[in-house]
Amino acid sequence: MGYQLSREQFDRFLDRLKEDYRVFGPALDEDKGALSDSDRITYKEVSRLGELVLDRKSYFSPKEIFYPLRETLFRFCDGEITVPAIDEKKTAILLRPCDINGIDRLDTIFLENGPSEDFYYKRRRDKVRFFMIECTTGFDSCFCVSMNGGRTDRWDVAFRFGEQILAEVKSEELEPYFAGCAQQPFEPQFVTENSKKVRLPEVADITADVFKHELWSEYTARCIACGRCNTSCITCSCFTMQDAAFGAEGKMGERRRTWAGCHINGFTDMAGGHRFREPKGDRMRFKTMHKINDYYRRFGKHQCVGCGRCEDVCPQYISFARCINTLSDVTRERKSK
Amino acid sequence: MSIDTRKVIKNAYRVTRVRGKTALRIRVPGGHIETRFFSLIDEIASKYGDGTAHITTRQGLELPGIDFENIPEINKMIRPLIESLGLAVEVTDTGYPAAGTRNICACIGNRVCTFANDDTTTLAREIERMVYPNNLHFKIAVTGCPNDCIKAYMNDFGIICTVEPVYDQSRCISCGACVENCAKAVTGALAMKDFSVERNREICIGCGECVRKCPTGAMTRSHTKSYRMVIMGRTGRKNPRMAETFLKWADRESILAIVRNAYTFVERHIDRGLDKEHVGYIVDRTGYPTFREEVLQDVRLDEKTLVAEHIDWSGYRYTNDAGLR
Ligand code: SF4
Ligand code: SF4
Ligand code: SF4
Ligand code: SF4
Ligand code: SF4
Repeated sequence: MGYQLSREQFDRFLDRLKEDYRVFGPALDEDKGALSDSDRITYKEVSRLGELVLDRKSYFSPKEIFYPLRETLFRFCDGEITVPAIDEKKTAILLRPCDINGIDRLDTIFLENGPSEDFYYKRRRDKVRFFMIECTTGFDSCFCVSMNGGRTDRWDVAFRFGEQILAEVKSEELEPYFAGCAQQPFEPQFVTENSKKVRLPEVADITADVFKHELWSEYTARCIACGRCNTSCITCSCFTMQDAAFGAEGKMGERRRTWAGCHINGFTDMAGGHRFREPKGDRMRFKTMHKINDYYRRFGKHQCVGCGRCEDVCPQYISFARCINTLSDVTRERKSK
Repeated sequence: MSIDTRKVIKNAYRVTRVRGKTALRIRVPGGHIETRFFSLIDEIASKYGDGTAHITTRQGLELPGIDFENIPEINKMIRPLIESLGLAVEVTDTGYPAAGTRNICACIGNRVCTFANDDTTTLAREIERMVYPNNLHFKIAVTGCPNDCIKAYMNDFGIICTVEPVYDQSRCISCGACVENCAKAVTGALAMKDFSVERNREICIGCGECVRKCPTGAMTRSHTKSYRMVIMGRTGRKNPRMAETFLKWADRESILAIVRNAYTFVERHIDRGLDKEHVGYIVDRTGYPTFREEVLQDVRLDEKTLVAEHIDWSGYRYTNDAGLR
């Protein structure tokens, strides 16, 4: 069912919703940019329409809401093990189509890429409902259309924000929260063209010799391994484990998992002090191959959804879109030879 | 030719080595000037000077080769430049009202520089409006971060913009970027313990580099800004020396109040027999404790502010030259 809400009605809708859901959306984090006197748009719990920032892209993606940066998996104490409880409330996330598609890529990794589903991911993810923010123009760095990431029907409610707010509700469980709102059918539109376009290389054309191509050396010179491209990406799913013991006898402690990223130093550290992909270009190659090659070969869809955040946040002005285009040119050239 | 040189100097003109010629010193607080003034400066230099401008060590502009007799005419022309300072006093056609307190210098700060913890231009202009016009000889500089590109350490009052990092453990992925950088390039104030970052506040200098390095927003800026104040650095013919730390983690209001109080301190203790005695030499005479007591009077320092117990300025005494072999 579709509805039309005034801005005041939307706030009252949020009030009702918040009784059963934690509601997250892109909002202003004042003074919290890395540079002084700068803000950051991040995903925060919101309770008013006015808190939402809809004209800028969020710096970090919404994945942290259900996939925490640092999560205690279990605690142990004198042989007893406990798994920390999580908030029982359901989670409503206001997000764009690219992020919904990005979360699909995470789901695939955590729920379909192995013999069993990831318990910790699943218990939070099951609570999530998608409140799609209609996105028809995107931003300068977006290339979701090229990645087929800008369109989805996996939303529970779709919103068009304006002077009046239009809402199309697909999920039954959310209908009651719109009680009393005027009915108005609405079909969300999607972005059909980005100013940034990416030419994907044919997956079949990416052969092992591309790994050694000189195109990667540029990134050895430019990338500083800051890791922002990983931490801001909606589809990066890698994590590492930490065991921390407390108390003198070490009989108390916890196991945690924390985000990790292929550009970050230490990502490849192994027992015995081995590490590989030291040159940053190798890391860029690894990321690129995962985003637009290996993942596709395994799951039949690209991991990257073209949200463009990795480009927005890179202090070295490294553009992932340009990297893909270069790779594309290289593979096509090789093929024609 | 009859010239009252004292009057001329106070009016921001100089006695130069060319007899009959003077040079105008234009104040540019914070070293930041609106380019609309360039045509005016060009007009003055071309019409009355020698067609050149010198960028001074204190970020002002000096126009040489001016005939003394043209001062009144030039003073009328520079009125918009003086008005742009936004001073508390009424601006007239008689030129700069004082020259003793030097142009307030500042590095480019956060209008451009990514290291900067504050907008140094705005702070420099604020200080300019607070202390100028004044004939007392003060050198004040503002620098955006402890890199100290403006060399605040060579000033009577050097203000170093800092920030206290705030750590959110729940966002930390233990990547170590902040720890490594602080150890390599700063003071080594951070340590990783059980995969979490601990900060030794005593040796953290508030440069903000850990915030810039953090890829997850686990290290962020505190909402309030803080400042380190270093004092009594100087060049000169007796005892050149670097300034020393007076305050750490001070708040903006307090540092401004302290600079104001320092003027009162100088008024009270200055040796009128000497030609423009410098604040640093006055503090040498009174001792640091007297200075501290007087400038901190009625200042409500933020509770986190640290104040130096003793200051031992050393520097080089040129009389030590006697020991050179
Ligand atoms: S690789 Fe870049 S563009 Fe692709 S999903 Fe990740 S952040 Fe977005
Ligand atoms: S954000 Fe840029 S510099 Fe940082 S790791 Fe990624 S590609 Fe390298
Ligand atoms: S002192 Fe710091 S803020 Fe100022 S220009 Fe130098 S690096 Fe930038
Ligand atoms: S602010 Fe500077 S000195 Fe303090 S912990 Fe961070 S990097 Fe180290
Ligand atoms: S840089 Fe940030 S995420 Fe990395 S260890 Fe430091 S605080 Fe944690």
